[in-house]
Amino acid sequence: MSDTTKTAKVLAADGTPLKRSLNRALRLQKMRALMLIAPLLLFVLLTFIAPIADMLFRSVENEIVSTTLPGATQRLDTWDASLGEAPDEAVFEALYYDMFLAAEAKEHTKLGTRLNYEETGISSLFRSSGRKLDDIGEDRIDVLEDLSDVWKDAAFWFALMSGPEGAAKDNTLLRTQRQRLTNLTDDDFGGDIGFEPSAEISALLPRTAAEYTAFALFTAIEDRKAVAKQKPWEAVKVALTEDLRRADTISALAGYSGPGAAELKAAQTAAADMTPLNFRDSFVDIDKDWADVDNWQTIQTYSPRYTNGYFLNAVDMQKSPDGPEFRDEKERIYGLLFKRTLFMSLVITASCIVLAYPVAWILANLPMRTANLLMILVLLPFWTSLLVRTSAWKVMLQQQGVINDVLVWLGLVDDGARLIMINNQFGTIVAMTHILLPFMILPMYSVMQTIQPSYLRAAKSLGATNWTAFWRVYFPQSVPGIGAGSILVFILSIGYYITPEIVGGTTGTFISNRIAYHISSSLNWGLAAALGTILLAVVLLLYWAYDKIVGIDNVKLG
Amino acid sequence: MADKSNDDAFVEFERVQKSYDGEILVVKDLNLSVPRGEFLTMLGPSGSGKTTCLMMLAGFETATHGDIRLDGTSINNIPPHKRGIGMVFQNYALFPHMTIAENLSFPLEVRRIGKSDREAKVRRALEMVEMGEFGSRRPSQLSGGQQQRVALARALVFEPELVLMDEPLGALDKQLREKMQFEITDLAHNLGITTVYVTHDQTEALTMSDRVAVFDDGHIQQIDPPDKLYEEPDNSFVAQFIGENNTMLGIVKEIKNGTALVELDGGALIDAKPVNVSEVGARTRVSIRPERVEVDKSRLKPGAHTLKAEVLEFIYMGDIFRTRLRVAGNDEFIVKTRNAPDQRRMQPGEQIEIGWLPEDCRALDA
Repeated sequence: MSDTTKTAKVLAADGTPLKRSLNRALRLQKMRALMLIAPLLLFVLLTFIAPIADMLFRSVENEIVSTTLPGATQRLDTWDASLGEAPDEAVFEALYYDMFLAAEAKEHTKLGTRLNYEETGISSLFRSSGRKLDDIGEDRIDVLEDLSDVWKDAAFWFALMSGPEGAAKDNTLLRTQRQRLTNLTDDDFGGDIGFEPSAEISALLPRTAAEYTAFALFTAIEDRKAVAKQKPWEAVKVALTEDLRRADTISALAGYSGPGAAELKAAQTAAADMTPLNFRDSFVDIDKDWADVDNWQTIQTYSPRYTNGYFLNAVDMQKSPDGPEFRDEKERIYGLLFKRTLFMSLVITASCIVLAYPVAWILANLPMRTANLLMILVLLPFWTSLLVRTSAWKVMLQQQGVINDVLVWLGLVDDGARLIMINNQFGTIVAMTHILLPFMILPMYSVMQTIQPSYLRAAKSLGATNWTAFWRVYFPQSVPGIGAGSILVFILSIGYYITPEIVGGTTGTFISNRIAYHISSSLNWGLAAALGTILLAVVLLLYWAYDKIVGIDNVKLG
Repeated sequence: MADKSNDDAFVEFERVQKSYDGEILVVKDLNLSVPRGEFLTMLGPSGSGKTTCLMMLAGFETATHGDIRLDGTSINNIPPHKRGIGMVFQNYALFPHMTIAENLSFPLEVRRIGKSDREAKVRRALEMVEMGEFGSRRPSQLSGGQQQRVALARALVFEPELVLMDEPLGALDKQLREKMQFEITDLAHNLGITTVYVTHDQTEALTMSDRVAVFDDGHIQQIDPPDKLYEEPDNSFVAQFIGENNTMLGIVKEIKNGTALVELDGGALIDAKPVNVSEVGARTRVSIRPERVEVDKSRLKPGAHTLKAEVLEFIYMGDIFRTRLRVAGNDEFIVKTRNAPDQRRMQPGEQIEIGWLPEDCRALDA
């Protein structure tokens, strides 16, 4: 380097450092370049990167259990499934309030569906329990309402919970209940609802205040009705009788003089005489599956916010108390599908190479005019709908199809023993090879075009036979084209969907067909996302391996 | 023209014709014989058939008619890889996926020569072109001149008796080209190999060759050593194609004692040596090299015809002066004079008289 760079900064004519000057001069160009690609960049980000990231996230995301049953999953932490008994009363009590709110918001069936992927039968358990939740504590509500009509009065409840004019309000409770509903429904529960729980009543009757606040929020925001005119849910009344039976409530109630003090004291006396409410037995009465340890174990296993369950499922494994284990031999399908997908993609790529190489060679060595004409024939399939081409193969290959008819007519095949060439692997390979062939021919052609004929001549003049000249001089130079074509065809075929769906039958389907099934039919998006993630990882791994072995610099598309 | 029945002929073309489309002959009745050890250059404008001749010799094109013999044997039906002819291509055609050493080793491998022998030969060939330390490089890592040397070494490594070169220096810059011209001829003469060299650059042809065959329109117009070709062109195509030349059209008035009296179209009379004009009254194109024009009247023979000329332009070119004159209606008449201390620098507008020795001025076909 010259001395100037060592000793002093090079200065531009106006005295600023040259580097800064240069950067300033280039900044405008860079900005302009960025502006030009900005629409595409945004488009790709919004329509490609973001959905993929979201999809990948779904493969581990599992918030639905903990947001739908926040109380129950929290109390379930300490439960030990190996004891072989259903969880204790505290869990069931929390489950009652969680389920009640979830059932009001109609979220409990979603959780049922989710857990049904892991343990069959949970879906119907949740569905039926949601309908019968009102039965729990029904007799207590009757006692309460027989005591005084005020307990049926919406305005009385509102006044009781709001406290006297100017009373201190419990904003923490309001905030936590807002969060609980937001988590549950994914809706926004912000804004004024015309109700704030009084701090005194929330200290006196914590459970009742919490459930009433949840009711108030749901009524005002989801149902768009005035809280003061709506009768509270059964769960609020059950919570009240439970609260009134607690020892500390009884003593604190003596000092209470706010709205409804007299009614509360009367209710407290009545509540003391009530038979204790057993939530666990009540749930088992609704559905005896609530006593089933397996169901509870599933809920416990899937209560964390993130899970590897979908991925385990995607590689034919499942969670068990002793950690992940393989499923029964009979239940394993994804390993087979992944292997089949890879194998068939390799076969398709190989047959594309074999078929495309001579075609590309001819195209590259013909005069321009003829080559262009033939190129149109190569590109012709691109102008035809994929569905039409695939269906055409169905016509060709089926047992009563063109090929079988010709073979029978020629006497090569007996009429009773027509070949089965469709709805199996063979059909998929034939149809996909045909469909993906142009993707192999085009990169090969463009690479071969750059190989000058003088190389072959030079090889021959140096004494090489036609074959040696081809194999040692021409072929190595055409490898980048084969590489580019192979990557293109392999990656396209590994994620192919339509063709295997139409001609694949049961033995010729790919992993992508299974992904599509989980996306559109079974609605198990988490599993679909996990399968997709694995597929993406496999492709990236192969790409990496290819780069290591062949070198991605050697891949030329033109 | 070349003699057909030359017994020492190493390469022979006998009545060779070539047509690509069956309508036009690219090479028309070509007869050529190259003795062993000769450096022969095929020179001609593009489309003159010189490259086709080379390709037929190499075996990449087949002659439509006629016989090509190598060392007395007809090679018409021998495929290129069995002819054992070394060839240097215009773009060198070094295999890009092989190293330099592998490139050189290739012709030896296909001849199934043993490994140690092969390595020795490759090393020797690389040292011959002073590329000894480049064996492990790839062609793309070399400069044009270096690639050229490697291509040459590759064509020579299997010790062919005949080497063909198809405009091998076309892609190099002027200085490098001149250096390589010298190296190639040196190498060819030292190894005693026969070389057929194709070029369209006449300077290259003159400086390198033992003999030059000037091609035009599918024929060899003249085949002679460079000095003869330059000084005694057989026809006006050769005269104009090789070197710079002043030409004037006229009619032969008289032929006597090996000198022709020509009346130029402007009416002036000059003396010229008749080359391919024989009868009085024929149209002729007289040709005189710019450096043979004499501007100093005192140096001319007494009684020599002179022409009036007007100086149009004087160009100083360092070693020589180049003066453009108007002579007998021709505005492009060039005179080259040596930059000597006593040489006069003519001024534009000056009227002078020019002349020449009759044997320097050749009366050719019109």
